[in-house]
Amino acid sequence: MPYKTAQIRLVSSHPEVYEPCDDSFALVDALLADRTNLLEHKPSICLEVGCGSGYVITSLALMLKEEIPSIYYLATDMNPHAMRVTRETLQAHGVDAELINTDIMSGLEKRLEGLVDVMVVNPPYVPTPEDEVGQAGITSAWAGGEDGRVVIDRILPVADTILSERGWLYLVTLAANNPSQICRSMREKGYASRIVVQRSTEEESLHIIKFWRDPEVRPSLKEASTQNRSAPTRLGESLLSQFSRFSFWKSSNGSGSL
Amino acid sequence: MRLLTHNMLSCNVKGVTNGFPLIIQADKVLEKPAELNHDFLRNMFYKVDWKALVDAAKSMGYSELPESAEASMLESLDFLNRFHHALMELHLEEGALICPETGRKFPVDKGIPNMLLHEDEV
Repeated sequence: MPYKTAQIRLVSSHPEVYEPCDDSFALVDALLADRTNLLEHKPSICLEVGCGSGYVITSLALMLKEEIPSIYYLATDMNPHAMRVTRETLQAHGVDAELINTDIMSGLEKRLEGLVDVMVVNPPYVPTPEDEVGQAGITSAWAGGEDGRVVIDRILPVADTILSERGWLYLVTLAANNPSQICRSMREKGYASRIVVQRSTEEESLHIIKFWRDPEVRPSLKEASTQNRSAPTRLGESLLSQFSRFSFWKSSNGSGSL
Repeated sequence: MRLLTHNMLSCNVKGVTNGFPLIIQADKVLEKPAELNHDFLRNMFYKVDWKALVDAAKSMGYSELPESAEASMLESLDFLNRFHHALMELHLEEGALICPETGRKFPVDKGIPNMLLHEDEV
């Protein structure tokens, strides 16, 4: 790999903390693939929600460290063990982030409004019974409730609040989460989106989606909806073509509503 | 926890309207040297609440910040050094953050603030 990321042997662990896995690697690969853009973007505040083992925030800090030495990194997790493990992982790699033990961004949301330039999230996306969501310990790392969307749907409005005008969000999604619908709902808030990494494993098919505010997104959508509600917008078409490059997409996303 | 982070935190208990800035109970403060970056400080200057930073620094035992500040001060290396020290080098290692409205205490353990709420506070 041409650029440094966190090394697995230096990532700390705890029985109640999610270990770096395919989804974590896919997210870091997406950040690496977008590294040149990130360097041009020159973020001053980067944030990870649900940092778990610390593998992702550590990798992000490592890959930007040389060119942009002074980024303010923040990482949150509701699992107190994850805080300790993330700190150890950061320390083992000689990088630094401020850690806050909280639910998503609770306590930070107000003051960070409009300030975050890069936000990375590997949310609990696995479809589970509702009552498993937000439980103490490692279950909170994957339990996503109905369609695996319960926590994702809480995070998206928070992202909209805290991202700066030029802010970017990188989000891990599972096919079962209906990512095309996620993109559509973000588009209504004025965000364009792009799949940075797509990966299918034996167990799951993952998309790492990047969102950014695009001033042209919202007006076009409004215009289209007032002129002719039944006609698909050009944006909708381009999004569909983006997703349908992957043949499994439609079969795993049975609604076909897009 | 750096004072930059303190500057970004407010009380998240349901119904609280005046939860910023959190009062610092400093049981253990660490000073960790960090490299000063002018661009970063200039950038953060416009994002921090100055009075909150001054009071937070005082509660951590550092009283060298001017009571008020304006952008022209960023030209002064002496000012930048003080601003940098308060914002980036002072760490609250042990103690608590206290809501100015309700007195709710958020513990800080090994530098990590615990902002998790009880069920009846959400």
